[in-house]
Amino acid sequence: MVKGNILVIDDELQIRKLLGITLQSNGYKVLTASTAKEGLVMAANHQPDMIVLDLGMPDESGHTVLVKLREWYIKPIMILSVQNSEEDIVKSLDNGANDYLVKPFRTGELLARIRTALRSAAMADNAPVIQYKSFGIDLAARSVKINNEILKLTATQYSLLALFAKNEGKVLTHQHILKEVWGPDYTSQLQYLRVFIAQLRKKIERNPDKPEFIVTESGIGYRFVAGE
Amino acid sequence: MLSFYKVGNKWQFIWAALLVCAMSLLCLLMWNYISKEGVAFVLLVTLTFIAMFFDILPVLFAAALSALVWDYCFILPRYTLAVGNSEDKILLSMYFIVASVSGVLTNKIRKIEKKLLQKEEKSQTFKLYNTVLNSLSHELRTPIATIMGAADNLLSNNPGLGADDRQRLLVEISTASLRLNRQVENLLNMSRLESGFILPKKDWCDVRELVAGVVAPLHELLENHFFNFEIPENLPLVKVDYGLMEQVVYNLVQNAAVHNPSGCCINIRADYVDNNLVLVVDDNGKGFPEQETARVFEKFYRLENAATGGTGLGLSIVKGFTEAHNGTVSLGRGANGGAAFTLKIPAEKWY
Repeated sequence: MVKGNILVIDDELQIRKLLGITLQSNGYKVLTASTAKEGLVMAANHQPDMIVLDLGMPDESGHTVLVKLREWYIKPIMILSVQNSEEDIVKSLDNGANDYLVKPFRTGELLARIRTALRSAAMADNAPVIQYKSFGIDLAARSVKINNEILKLTATQYSLLALFAKNEGKVLTHQHILKEVWGPDYTSQLQYLRVFIAQLRKKIERNPDKPEFIVTESGIGYRFVAGE
Repeated sequence: MLSFYKVGNKWQFIWAALLVCAMSLLCLLMWNYISKEGVAFVLLVTLTFIAMFFDILPVLFAAALSALVWDYCFILPRYTLAVGNSEDKILLSMYFIVASVSGVLTNKIRKIEKKLLQKEEKSQTFKLYNTVLNSLSHELRTPIATIMGAADNLLSNNPGLGADDRQRLLVEISTASLRLNRQVENLLNMSRLESGFILPKKDWCDVRELVAGVVAPLHELLENHFFNFEIPENLPLVKVDYGLMEQVVYNLVQNAAVHNPSGCCINIRADYVDNNLVLVVDDNGKGFPEQETARVFEKFYRLENAATGGTGLGLSIVKGFTEAHNGTVSLGRGANGGAAFTLKIPAEKWY
């Protein structure tokens, strides 16, 4: 069974070969493109379920490709790049990338992130109830249950958790979270976010110092991991 | 402000005084043709000129001096410091204020300009540093990513991974480690060159053997090019450092293979002329833009729009190692239009 079509846009032959073997042997169908131009054409022609995009292309920067893709492509895009600067990562996420993985990467990590991205893309956008292993969120009733017990949350705590739940597996930048939960005037008020993350972790994590659900992406933002 | 007062400033004071006096003298000679207001303008211009080049204290000194000179030589009663009527008093004080202010402002503008220039330079350096770091991290991390990823796959016990997949992964690991080794080699060579301690260990070398040995591991890279080497059968043995020359030839051939489109011809020719080993590596590709030829041997320099990959080290190592042999390397147009690198290395010969 084919789990999905993945388009790999990378100018490095070695990476294309490696990803080809890795993804095919794990049940995905792989398309490859070696230039930005080719990548854009293939994305339009084949409508892949997901795109893995490199940032350093000879003909055009991956950032530009990302912006062009996001004009019409709504499925997950994962950036796979040797650039590990916060600037590049934040820029990519702000431009609509779902995830960012730095080369070199572990195959297990890559596959897990791809599974998560495809799964959250498959989830209906307007699903009223999001159910994870140990807890569920009823977006219509604005209630959160953990081990079948209703969790008491303030309005802001709830908005924050709901935002995370709707974006499972996706790295959300500090600015993005602040804008969504507090509003556009608060994008530089990182202290609010830090305080509320600490509060949320106390309520939902088994050990708030070793968070399993709300994972810190240092210098970038947070990622909600629901577990598999 | 005192920080501008340095010993060297003594000359600035002297020059400022000389300039003011010289201009005043000139005005005195032309006294029949200009009024005292005209003189004031001439002195102001002189002062602005001084302010463009000198520090603040000499400028203020010149402003005061020129006001005094103007008063002494041109305001009635002349050749006294006294000022006759009240209008002249106002004129004199206004002159002093305008002179000081314009001096100070000109001086400030100059300082701001200098600061901007420094900032510009700093950002240029930062940009270069970023480019270098980007290409280095790309060149090192790509093969590491391949090795790590392939090894993970091989260790995964994934039933979806067939025998041929395993074989292909092993090939990828091997290719990637060669590439990684190459880049590490380049970096180490660069630091050897930087340290300045490269002493060629010269011994008798067969150039034909050397070139053939270098090209063999490049066969995959050269697959899509027409590669040939013309090395005369009777070329004498030459005394050079085998290891260093291998690097030089490797970098030149590899460079030509990577930066020329498939289907290009790459040639190596060797000859022995006037006590020099002459090696030419040329191709029939696009060649280098004229204005870039001077810079290609610079460390970390890369052409704009160059294919990704590469650190900008290869050609600077070629130059460094050639010069370690007291030789020269030059870049010109090839016989067939592309780039031609010519090495001339003084070397003993032995038939």
